[in-house]
Amino acid sequence: MTDLARTDTERTDIERYEYDVLVIGAGGAGLRAAIAAREAGARTAVICKSLFGKAHTVMAEGGIAASMGNVNPNDSWQVHFRDTMRGGKFLNHWRMAELHAKEAPARVWELETYGALFDRTQDGKISQRNFGGHEYPRLAHVGDRTGLELIRTLQQKVVSLQQEDFAETGDYESRLRVFQEATITDLLVTDRRIAGAFGYWRSSGQFIAFSAPAVVLATGGIGKSFKVTSNSWEYTGDGHALALRAGATLLNMEFVQFHPTGMVWPLSVKGILVTESVRGDGGVLQNSEGKRFMFDYIPDVFKDKYATSADEADGWYEDPDRHRRPPELLPRDEVARAINSEVKHGRGSPHGGVYLDVSKRLPADVIRRKLPSMYHQFMELAEVDITAEPMEVGPTCHYVMGGVEVDPDTAAAAVPGLYAAGEVAGGMHGSNRLGGNSLSDLLVFGRRAGVAAAEYAAGLDGRPAVAEADVQRAREEALAPFQAEGGENPYAIHDELQTTMNDLVGIIRKAEEIEQALLALQSLADRVAKVGVLGHRQFNSGWHLALDLRNLLVVSQCVARAALRRTESRGGHTRDDYPAMDPKWRQVNLVCSLDDTQVRVKDQPLPAMPPELLSLFEWSELSKYMTSEELEAVPGAPRDAQLPTDDNGERA
Amino acid sequence: MGYDARFRVWRGDASDGSLQDFTVAVNEGEVVLDVIHRLQATQASDLAVRWNCKAGKCGSCSAEINGVPRLMCMTRMSTFPAGQTVTVTPMRTFPVVRDLVTDVSFNYVKAREVPAFAPPPEVAPGEYRMFQVDVERPQEFRKCIECFLCQNTCHALRDHEENMPAFAGPRYLMRQAELEMHPLDARPDRRREAQEDQGLGYCNITKCCTEVCPEHIKITDNALIPLKERVVDRKYDPLVWLGSKIRRRT
Repeated sequence: MTDLARTDTERTDIERYEYDVLVIGAGGAGLRAAIAAREAGARTAVICKSLFGKAHTVMAEGGIAASMGNVNPNDSWQVHFRDTMRGGKFLNHWRMAELHAKEAPARVWELETYGALFDRTQDGKISQRNFGGHEYPRLAHVGDRTGLELIRTLQQKVVSLQQEDFAETGDYESRLRVFQEATITDLLVTDRRIAGAFGYWRSSGQFIAFSAPAVVLATGGIGKSFKVTSNSWEYTGDGHALALRAGATLLNMEFVQFHPTGMVWPLSVKGILVTESVRGDGGVLQNSEGKRFMFDYIPDVFKDKYATSADEADGWYEDPDRHRRPPELLPRDEVARAINSEVKHGRGSPHGGVYLDVSKRLPADVIRRKLPSMYHQFMELAEVDITAEPMEVGPTCHYVMGGVEVDPDTAAAAVPGLYAAGEVAGGMHGSNRLGGNSLSDLLVFGRRAGVAAAEYAAGLDGRPAVAEADVQRAREEALAPFQAEGGENPYAIHDELQTTMNDLVGIIRKAEEIEQALLALQSLADRVAKVGVLGHRQFNSGWHLALDLRNLLVVSQCVARAALRRTESRGGHTRDDYPAMDPKWRQVNLVCSLDDTQVRVKDQPLPAMPPELLSLFEWSELSKYMTSEELEAVPGAPRDAQLPTDDNGERA
Repeated sequence: MGYDARFRVWRGDASDGSLQDFTVAVNEGEVVLDVIHRLQATQASDLAVRWNCKAGKCGSCSAEINGVPRLMCMTRMSTFPAGQTVTVTPMRTFPVVRDLVTDVSFNYVKAREVPAFAPPPEVAPGEYRMFQVDVERPQEFRKCIECFLCQNTCHALRDHEENMPAFAGPRYLMRQAELEMHPLDARPDRRREAQEDQGLGYCNITKCCTEVCPEHIKITDNALIPLKERVVDRKYDPLVWLGSKIRRRT
């Protein structure tokens, strides 16, 4: 141990704070939750792992899905709901999908009152664009930088609330404070209720302890457990792991979305996102033989909705009412698997992807106007001019559908006082998320979580007290990497973990490989416990990663365990050894919990959709997803209809 | 295709620091941030660097590369002649925290001093109507990723620390310009505020901010100069002047 580390270790001072609501995460969901909690009267703190305004939400490109009907008046919440359930292969929690579809338009309009400037239609309304899996043009957008607009708008709304508080109290931070570059390492639980949280300032390494009866998790996803990912370093599964360790449960962790189009070259940018808008605006996918291959990959469940010829597909861009959609706009899981298969069969591009070409589809100036970030990104990082040549793209880990099990209406987790919203929460997207449904999810459930957390805090008779012993234990655990004499390099362990997950629990899975991954994760667990870091606590990235590793590890174990258990293929979970969708599995949620240090997985029935929502679907469509017993109970089922005889769902 | 590059990286903290030499492997297609990460992973695990998206979208990894303010994630190694030593230092205008990380809180203080968007009181949510041609001007400024390179470069801040209390810098003058051009912002006096509260007068339009903007926003031409012109119109237009006198009297 260095002398500096020793001095640090012996320091016992911990900054202490008290709030009504503590929001962990400052992306779209966290900021929307904080705004809601503060507006409901709660003294609120927001923890921001990076600088305020840099959260991963900034990376979202395409848009916010909301059925405002500005471009096609036929759109409605019912159609959006239907698309969302279809996209998720009917594994979504119906109530979350319903609330989301109903409330998304109001959440988008509200952003305009905060100062957002979306692209406009001819008549001055918010413009909406086409996206994979959405029946009508539905995504409110700003070019291809919608996430930046969202984060900046919410950031500026936080500032405006702080300005109001300043005018009233003389202190900008009297009711709403942002702790930037701070990380929470543990939730503090007293008598099985949330009492607060423990963490550190990244810049100084100083420890901080919060006393707060309500905590909203809004920490985003787990992408950094995979080697090829579009996610930033912050995505280490912190909220997932914090929830597990606090006694809450995670839902459907086997469903990981691989976005079909990430950059594949140069290696240093492998995984960076290429927005779906490229396809929404006319870009087509081609293999090394120049074939537009997506026509070969339209699955049975979608075969009535997608064009079967290039002419029909091309007609759709101009006249969507009389043409079916191009198959490039199938839900993401379908397109990602198709690309994977083309590459596997030797029809890939030189760097192991396929071609995405918009250069022959749109004039150069239109490309530069509609897709400015993509133009910029390829020009500067790959020296590729997308107005003149195709891009090389391939699947990249993008999003986790699984997350904290929550009550749909309040976003409350199983532990009283704990809430979760956004990517860290599970259920909303079922087995596969539609593009554009993430930003709307952040707003709808971020707001609901903030309101519910504030209400819960205000309604308590007495607040659970933070136990000093818990604080000291959290402190010791955080300091452990400095004590490990000759401990292993955290970067090396992280690299191995990412490779393991990418190669063995990636886009296509099979039992032997997942079992191999679980063994590897077990041995990594022993090594993570002994990880060591050099230097002192001030802005020490090695130390930060060492602490994040235990989160990455436990979420990876959840993904692998659930992936092994689910013996079917559905959405973001593809089993080579069980390639079909199985209607029996559609009735099952897999729920992970933590038993000391062991991840447990159990089956739990999926809540059944009420009749009024079921009636939004054609019986023939439901028959592709449901078991015969379920179908018999569907209201209005045709008496003479042929019930499926094959429960393995081969037809799907 | 890989080669060994020579890097000089500033290491230290608020009290002291110096340039340290490294020899480090570089692969085809890499950017400066990749090389900094390789240093962290192999030679200096506690090297402090701030970064997030590594795709030029978040504006976290600002630094000075061979003296030029740039994003490390958008600076390709192939832009340096073979054999040239690459020197990476923290942004000079802001206090050093550690190594390449600076304390950028000045910017967040200034952000709070610009009055927020004032929604038009008579327009309900969902009823906002604006035309593309009108939103395009402020939209250009909303491309800002808050990398603070313009703030770092502006010599009215860089070379004159004494201006910092009175001068908000290009990023926050641009924010005023953005709101002033917002078709529905209901706050009446943003030009005067830019002059009196954000210190517009300190800007002498040398366009250094525009040159370093990784988003290629024409900060000076499209935000600051129009703001100045409008201030001038307002301050010296005799009719406006007369109007304000008359109104004040009634």
